[in-house]
Amino acid sequence: MDYANLFIKSIFIENMVFAYFLGMCSYLAVSKTVKTSIGMGFAVIFVLTITVPLNFLIDQYLLQAGALKWIGPEYAELDLSFLSFIMFIAVIASMVQLVEMIVEKFSPALYGALGIFLPLIAVNCAILGGSLFMQIKDFSGITESAIYGFGSGVGWLLAIVAIAAIREKIAYSNVPAPLKGLGITFIITGLMAIGFMSFMGIKL
Amino acid sequence: MSKNKVLLTDPLDDNNPITVQVLGICSALAITVQLKAAIVMSLSVIAVMAASNVTISILRDLIPNRIRIIVQLVVVASMVVLVDQVLRAYAYDVSKELSIFIGLIITNCIVMGRLEAFALGNGVWRSFLDGVGNAFGYAWILILVAFFRELLGSGKLLGIQAIPDFIYEMGYVDNGLMLLSPMALITVGLIIWVQRSRNRKLIEQG
Repeated sequence: MDYANLFIKSIFIENMVFAYFLGMCSYLAVSKTVKTSIGMGFAVIFVLTITVPLNFLIDQYLLQAGALKWIGPEYAELDLSFLSFIMFIAVIASMVQLVEMIVEKFSPALYGALGIFLPLIAVNCAILGGSLFMQIKDFSGITESAIYGFGSGVGWLLAIVAIAAIREKIAYSNVPAPLKGLGITFIITGLMAIGFMSFMGIKL
Repeated sequence: MSKNKVLLTDPLDDNNPITVQVLGICSALAITVQLKAAIVMSLSVIAVMAASNVTISILRDLIPNRIRIIVQLVVVASMVVLVDQVLRAYAYDVSKELSIFIGLIITNCIVMGRLEAFALGNGVWRSFLDGVGNAFGYAWILILVAFFRELLGSGKLLGIQAIPDFIYEMGYVDNGLMLLSPMALITVGLIIWVQRSRNRKLIEQG
């Protein structure tokens, strides 16, 4: 029950795009057509589901205050949490590279579909944001952090596919010239975010 | 000299990182509820961008092309760690408020974008100017958005009441929606609208 709650919450209530504006850069850049945005969305889900639990383990057993106790009692007082930014980004960058190589080797079709988006993901703030939120939220286990990562990814996919569909349609509308493109996209995203606010308070 | 001056002034309007290059949106929206947080964030970004642009520009001939992204990430991440530790030491409450968004400067595309587009191919002094210029372009949009959101949302500026009491007595009410995330997006959208109608060559075709 708790897991389902966390899952729904990370998709709708704490939506990466609408509540925290994470991954906005690729959200704006890749949302011109529905097809590419679906590819990007799945790549984000994939990487988030892998990196958040991985960084959870690193945080739990290497970085937190007292995390190094398992080596020996004399290490119990070390607090390496100031290193977490560098560790997290290194894990993300290398995971992205690894995922890219594995996908290329075993599923050329998927690689063709995701190919160009994978390297972009290393610098997508949604990925690092997922790991940093995981650190703040203090999850109790690896399952919780994996569900959080997966849910946030699904939320991001939902957001980018929705805006891509709207942008495809809006191309036929008569938008004031200075508002065309970026401006109207911002305003629509704002309106969508107001819509998503109505999910607040939903509890399973 | 005038060429160097362009590096500083261009990002303020014609080539603004937020409204034209579309870089660094994430943090521009999230931490603009209060003016104070926005100013601290701007200063952090200015420091990180200037320092990492200079570092990458010094190292630019030594970095193998294939691993440059990782090198850039490490350089930026170390600068951000420094800024984060300074903030925790001297401005703990603001640092708590900015929560993960200081860390997110690492993946703020504005930093990576300028490293990639400018510092890798230009000298140290010019890279420094480009970093500072772009960071200021980012900063003033951030502060402008925060100004409107704090003024209209809570009637305050920098935590001090800005709308006089008699207006409240006449029935004026703060617009709580301004404090929530959707209005940040709409405010930026409106700023883009105003800027493009003033500066018509920025209008997107098609």
